[in-house]
Amino acid sequence: MSTMVKVGMADLKVTEYPNALTTLGLGSCVGICLYDPVTKVTGMAHIMLPSSKAIRKNENVAKFADTAVVELIKQMESKGAKKTRFFAKIAGGAQMFSFSSQNDAMKIGERNAEAVRSMLKELNIPIRADDTGGNFGRTIEFYSADARLLIKTAGQGVKEL
Amino acid sequence: MPVQIDNINNTIILDVLREIGNIGAGNAATSLAKMIDKKIDMKVPIVKVLEFDEVPELLGGPENIVCGIFFKIEGDITGSIMYIMDQNSAINLVNLLMPRENAEFDEFTISALKEIGNILSGAYVSSLSGLTNLKITISIPALAIDMAGAILSVPAIHFSQMSDNVLIIQNEFIENVEATKVDGYFFLIPDLDSYEVLLGSLGVTL
Repeated sequence: MSTMVKVGMADLKVTEYPNALTTLGLGSCVGICLYDPVTKVTGMAHIMLPSSKAIRKNENVAKFADTAVVELIKQMESKGAKKTRFFAKIAGGAQMFSFSSQNDAMKIGERNAEAVRSMLKELNIPIRADDTGGNFGRTIEFYSADARLLIKTAGQGVKEL
Repeated sequence: MPVQIDNINNTIILDVLREIGNIGAGNAATSLAKMIDKKIDMKVPIVKVLEFDEVPELLGGPENIVCGIFFKIEGDITGSIMYIMDQNSAINLVNLLMPRENAEFDEFTISALKEIGNILSGAYVSSLSGLTNLKITISIPALAIDMAGAILSVPAIHFSQMSDNVLIIQNEFIENVEATKVDGYFFLIPDLDSYEVLLGSLGVTL
């Protein structure tokens, strides 16, 4: 019996075969999915901000790209997964509202996605799928059986990566 | 010292923000009534401090399709203001202004919503400006129709820089004759350093 485990905003969860992970309505936030193909240990984080370093209120490690990836790896390894086998799939980082004169604060989705990519690179975790950007929301489902990432949108259809 | 939203329950700050919401929304309701030339009732706005995950539930869950109208705030304080409502309320609002059969989200509806959002948010901000003696203006509107979770990620991310909670002001407008309900939520999102200016101008020290 497989269960769909929900990951909230600024939240992270680790699960095992045959369960799946989901997070609903990603906007400018980024969903980070990590997978170990041998043990099928599966993790997902829903981050809101690129870095914990400039923020005073940073107790919640799942809120930031840098700390969430580290915590996700730690929790997956405690279930027997090995980081050297991990690969990642990421989605989200949209810009829901656009203006002609852009400042940095508006491009938070892009900065979130970039922070996730550079953190994964630093940790030598390859990115197998990257569905970020655009101006629309995404619901994602990540399956422990085969690391399939299902992406649902309101106006752009459904796709599988 | 930056405001800690988490600690402002039961303090004067919440009362001040509630009052700002009350006056702002009252002003917005008056503008709406003038625009459609009908009497509009407004419930007393509810000001709430919610956790991130609780916010989309107000709008029918994170995947429910909603309409958000977003403005940047410029002047003595900076930040943004967003008015958000579910699909039914958005259609009801446009129908109040210009009744049509089989209303849907076409170009006409979207441009009408932008204009209504502009008037509501403009009235809100102008009462805030009058109350504080600060110069505050809003940008042109940007509109999105998408999943509640995705649209709400915009204010949530702003608040997340200082808190694990979000401050929201809920308004309900009711048009009297046909009892058409428009349920909407204002998010006033001052930038971090503007909180102090905003509250300071009202005589509240942090």
